[in-house]
Parts: sequence; structure tokens; C-alpha cells
Amino acid sequence: MVIKINEIISLLTTRIPLGNWVEALVDFIINNFQGVLDGFSALIGFIVSSVETVLAFPNPFVLIAIFALIAWKLKGYKLAIFVVLGLGLVHNIEMWDPLVVTLASIITSVLVALILGIPIGILKAHNKYIDYITRPILDFMQTIPPFVYLIPALMFFGLGNVSGVIATVVFAIAPPIRLTYLGIKQVDEELKEAGHAFGANWWQILFKIELPGAMPSIMMGINQCIMLSLSMVVIAAMIGAGGLGQPVLRSLNMVDIGLGFEAGLGIVIIAMVLDRMFGRDS
Amino acid sequence: MNISRPFLFLKSLESLKSKTSGVKNLKIQVNNLYKIFDGKGKKEIEMLKDGISKDEILEKTGATVGVNDASFEVKEGEIFVIMGLSGSGKSTLLRCLNRLIEPTSGSIRVDGKDIMELNKDQLREFRRKKFGMVFQNFALFPYRTVQENAEFGLEIQGMDKEERSKKAKKALKQVGLDGWEEQMPDQLSGGMQQRVGLARALAVDTDVLLMDEPFSALDPLIKKDMQDKLLDLYEHIDKTIIFITHDLDEALKLGDRIAIMKDGKIVQIGNHEEILTNAENDYVAEFVQDVNRSRVLTAEDIMDKPKAVLYNQDGLRTALHKMRNNELGSIFVLGENRKYRGIVKLEDVVEYINKDKEDIEEIIQDVPIAEPDEKVDQLFAKIADINTPLPVLDEENKLEGIIVKTSVLANLASENV
Repeated sequence: MVIKINEIISLLTTRIPLGNWVEALVDFIINNFQGVLDGFSALIGFIVSSVETVLAFPNPFVLIAIFALIAWKLKGYKLAIFVVLGLGLVHNIEMWDPLVVTLASIITSVLVALILGIPIGILKAHNKYIDYITRPILDFMQTIPPFVYLIPALMFFGLGNVSGVIATVVFAIAPPIRLTYLGIKQVDEELKEAGHAFGANWWQILFKIELPGAMPSIMMGINQCIMLSLSMVVIAAMIGAGGLGQPVLRSLNMVDIGLGFEAGLGIVIIAMVLDRMFGRDS
Repeated sequence: MNISRPFLFLKSLESLKSKTSGVKNLKIQVNNLYKIFDGKGKKEIEMLKDGISKDEILEKTGATVGVNDASFEVKEGEIFVIMGLSGSGKSTLLRCLNRLIEPTSGSIRVDGKDIMELNKDQLREFRRKKFGMVFQNFALFPYRTVQENAEFGLEIQGMDKEERSKKAKKALKQVGLDGWEEQMPDQLSGGMQQRVGLARALAVDTDVLLMDEPFSALDPLIKKDMQDKLLDLYEHIDKTIIFITHDLDEALKLGDRIAIMKDGKIVQIGNHEEILTNAENDYVAEFVQDVNRSRVLTAEDIMDKPKAVLYNQDGLRTALHKMRNNELGSIFVLGENRKYRGIVKLEDVVEYINKDKEDIEEIIQDVPIAEPDEKVDQLFAKIADINTPLPVLDEENKLEGIIVKTSVLANLASENV
């Protein structure tokens, strides 16, 4: 009896080697799935550099004009003026090149997050098991400090933009999933019933009733996704992602207040432009 | 008390509907349909067959009986009304017909084909071809224009854009919404929204229209208007309509035959006469009695505010002025504290003015008066022979309102619908 109790106590007080397990898992993935990781890395890298090439190709002022035009089409002339002034200022303080790099990473991250996130949100809304499984994972991804997964990202994908994009996607994918799910859940049952009554199939219900009904919510998810991606710019710079995060980090190391402010202002401006362009109408 | 009178009017309504006269084919045939929610099914049905009540089954098994042994037939081209209070299972029964709710057991034949045997794809095809549906809360798509809403069913069928646009326009025209195509549903009033719902169901041009309390969410005037509209449409389209309502007035107005439901069971099926005169059990009797009681309108219900009145100090010229401005042939005279004194007619006023007489008192006449709680048929007797409005006076002789002949006649008529 006595021995058994002692055994139980020693078992209960044994430290669970959680950290070791995670390390072992990361090692296992690196050792066995290097090929897959490399392929994924190459794909993401290709997207980022392609977007960057496209954005860097035209003269900066041409690009600003294009952005202003899009802003005008989407939200009106006031935003177009703001775009011209804001991006013009970024160009003036010589932050244009890092801005293009940042923009390319953001666009890639948001694209990946949406391409994965919206279908996951749709599945989550239709399948309660997927809902149960994704819920704790999403909580985990939303609350764990990004610094924690910078290192595994670094080990999987190496130093540079790709790791930055992956870390950003992990950080920013929760809102599109959650808000797509929420939007579909909020679609009136009677509307879906009407769809069924007229003989709509699963896809017709999805594309003609659920997604249009969920659109405001999904748009909010996209907006949140963009904003969260921007908030990762500096952190991603720590694992080698280029762009506006780099001068901010450098200014931190060199106590260069001026440089830090200029780069920070660049991030603020691009954030405001994107938020206004893809945000809710007030 | 009013039981006998309605039939004069109903008869004429029926003759109006008899365009589909001759031998009517059976359109829908439902046999021994059961729907049990949250239960095993078989076990609860056995319990129901043993005569155990719905409440007892809920208590013992936790299962809810939605529909209990429903059997009925609907003929081609008729309006079949399923009526019952909320919770009686009428909406469940309707949804069983196109299997929006999967029945637990029983058979449903539409044009002789048992739809319980259809697989998913066949069922979808069947819904597209056979059933149009109109919903209580309209169920319009808020992000689609009126036109796009009306096109919905056709879009689901995969019809090309041009053709469905044409058909939807035609359906919108049928319900009187031409010119509203580009509006969004939330810009429309409730009655108009339901017309869009109706147009959406008409556009697919199915044989059967399922209507789930389509007018219950509308206010009474609009509701009456929509009922008339539906009857009018019914004359021009070749459709079998199954109509759900909790309102016996509506059931009597629209239905060729009526099924009354209680606790998931159909307690009686019949035409107006059978329902109103041969109540098969207390439940139906109570329903019918209630309806008849509520049908008795009183003076208070149908009176209007006078457009203008004369006061003691008003002379002949004021009287003429007030009558001319309001296009009245006569005007009531009130004394102190709005106490009723009598009526002055336009021709007398004109005559007195022409003769240069001054005293209005001489031409104030008495007319029959009504009390607020007098019934419409009594009012009719009073107003039949006079050509002025009837004053409604309270116990202190104050003028509460006036009743004109047309409103008495209109209400006598609508009472019988």
C-alpha cells in the first residue's frame, strides 16, 4: 500500500516534459518533411517576389496614381486625395522601397490567410466536428505570443520573407475563419429554407444564400486580417522579413528616434490606406 | 347567430371559382402521415395509435408529435386551407408535403407519384418543378433586388438570364409590382414584400403553391387587399394552392375546402358550410363560434369622424361655407359641450339664404340616432331610408362619430366573406 501511494505521488510530481515533446515534434517534422517544407517555402517565396516585382515595376508615382484610382472607385475622391498625400509622403521620406516590400508580404499573407481561412470558416459553419476541433486551435493561435512561433517558423522555412509570411498568416488567419463562420451562422434559417423549397442544392445554397448573406461579416474578417498582418510587420522583421519593419528594428538598436518615426509612419499610412479601402463604410 | 347569412355571398364566390368545374383530378393525396420530433418514431406512432395523448408522449419519451395521422386529398385547381392555432402542426404538415421536414411515416402522392420514395436529387428536381412556396416572414433575400428575388427559383433551375428576367418581370407584373424591379426589399412595405414573395413563387410556374401563413404578418387592411389580390390571381392562373392560416375568416374567404388541425391531428375537413354548421367536435364548434362573435361589428367600429360640424353661434353662411369646403350635403349641429342638436341640410341652407332669412334654428332637423354598441344590421335598418349620415351619440348625448350608408353596406358585405 505504502509503496503504491509513494509511486503515485512521485508520478504526480514528475514534471511533464511538454517543452521536450514540442522540440521533438519540430525536429521530427524537419527531419522527415523537409521536402514538403521546401516546396511550400518555394511557393510562398515565389508569390512574394512576384507581387514585389509587379509592385516595383512601375514608377512610384504611377503606382500611387493606380492606388488613388482604386481608392476613388471604391470609396470616393476624399480617400483618393488621402492616398496621394499619404503615399507621396512615404516616397518623400525615402521609405518607398521598404513599403513595396512590406506591401508585397502583406498582400501574400492576406491572400494565403483568406484562401485558407474562408473555406475553413465555411466548413466550420457546416460541420460541428470541424467546429469543435478548430475552436481551441484558433484560441491558441490568437493568444499565443508570436515570438513563440518565430523560432519554429525560422527552422522550417529559414531566414527571410517566407518565414515572415508564415508567421503573419498564423497570426492573422483567425478573424477570416471566425467571421466567415459567424456570418454564415447568422444567415436567417428561413432564407435557407426558401432555397431548399425552390430546389437549391448545397452549392447553390452556399453561393446564392449563405455567402451573400455573410458578406458584411466576411468583409470585416478581411479587414481584420489586413490590420493584423500589418501589426506583424516589425515582429516578422526579426526573422529576416524585409520592408518597413527593418528600419524600425534598426532604429531600436541604434536609438535612432528619427528613423524609427519615419518607418513607423510608413506603416501607419499603409495601414490607414488599406483599412479605408477595404473597411466598412462609416 | 350569423351562421346562416354568409352563404348567400359564399355561393356567389364559389360560382366565381368554378372555372375549374367538371371532374377535378386528384393533385395531392396524403395518407397516414406522421411526424415525430426528437423520438424514435415507430414507438411514438404505436403510442399514438393506442390513444396516448401528445402531452403524455412528450412526458414519457421526450418526443414531440408534430403531425398525427394526417390524411387528406387536394383536388387539382382548388384552394385547400389548413387551419389551426399556433402549435397545431399546420406548418409542419405543409413542410412535410415538399419534405422540407422529413415525415416520420406515411405517404404523400403528388400526381400519383409517391414523393417519399424520391432520393435527394429527384426530390430537388421535384421541388423545382412542382412546388412554389410563400413564407410567413417573406424570406426575401435582402441583398437581391426585387427583380433578382423574383428570379431566384428560375436561377436555381439554371435558366439563362434573358428568359428568367422575362418570366420574373411577368410575375412581378401579375402581382402589381411593375416598376419596382430595381428596388431592394427593405425599401418596400410589408404587403409589397409579400407580393415579391408571391412573384418569386409564381415565376417558377409550378402546379402547386404552398403558402405558409403568407398574410399573417400584415396589418388588417393590407391583409384583406392581399387576399383579394390572391383570389384575383387565382382566377387567371392554373394552380393548386395549399394555404395555411390561423384565421378562420381568411380560411373561409379563400378556401374551397378547409382542414382544421389541433395537436397535430386533422379534426375536420370540409367546405364552408360543413365547417360552419356541422362542427364535428367541440374544438371546431368553439372556433366557429368565436369567429362569428368577432364578426359582429358595432357602430363604434365603423363610424368616422365628421369632417365638419356646426356650433350654436354659427349662422347660415358659416354652414354653407363649411359644407362647401368639405363637400357635404348636410352637417350636424352641436350645442354646448358638444351635445348633439340635429342636422342641417344643404338645400335648406341655400333656400334660406336665397330668401334672406337669418335664423338657422328653424331648419335644424331630427334624424334617427345610433348608440356606439349597436350592431351593423340594426344600423342598416335605421340608415336604409334616410339620405343623411347617422349620428352616433354616447350616453351624454355627445356626438361620437357619424356613420355613412356606404360603410354600413361595405361592412355588411365583408362580414359575409
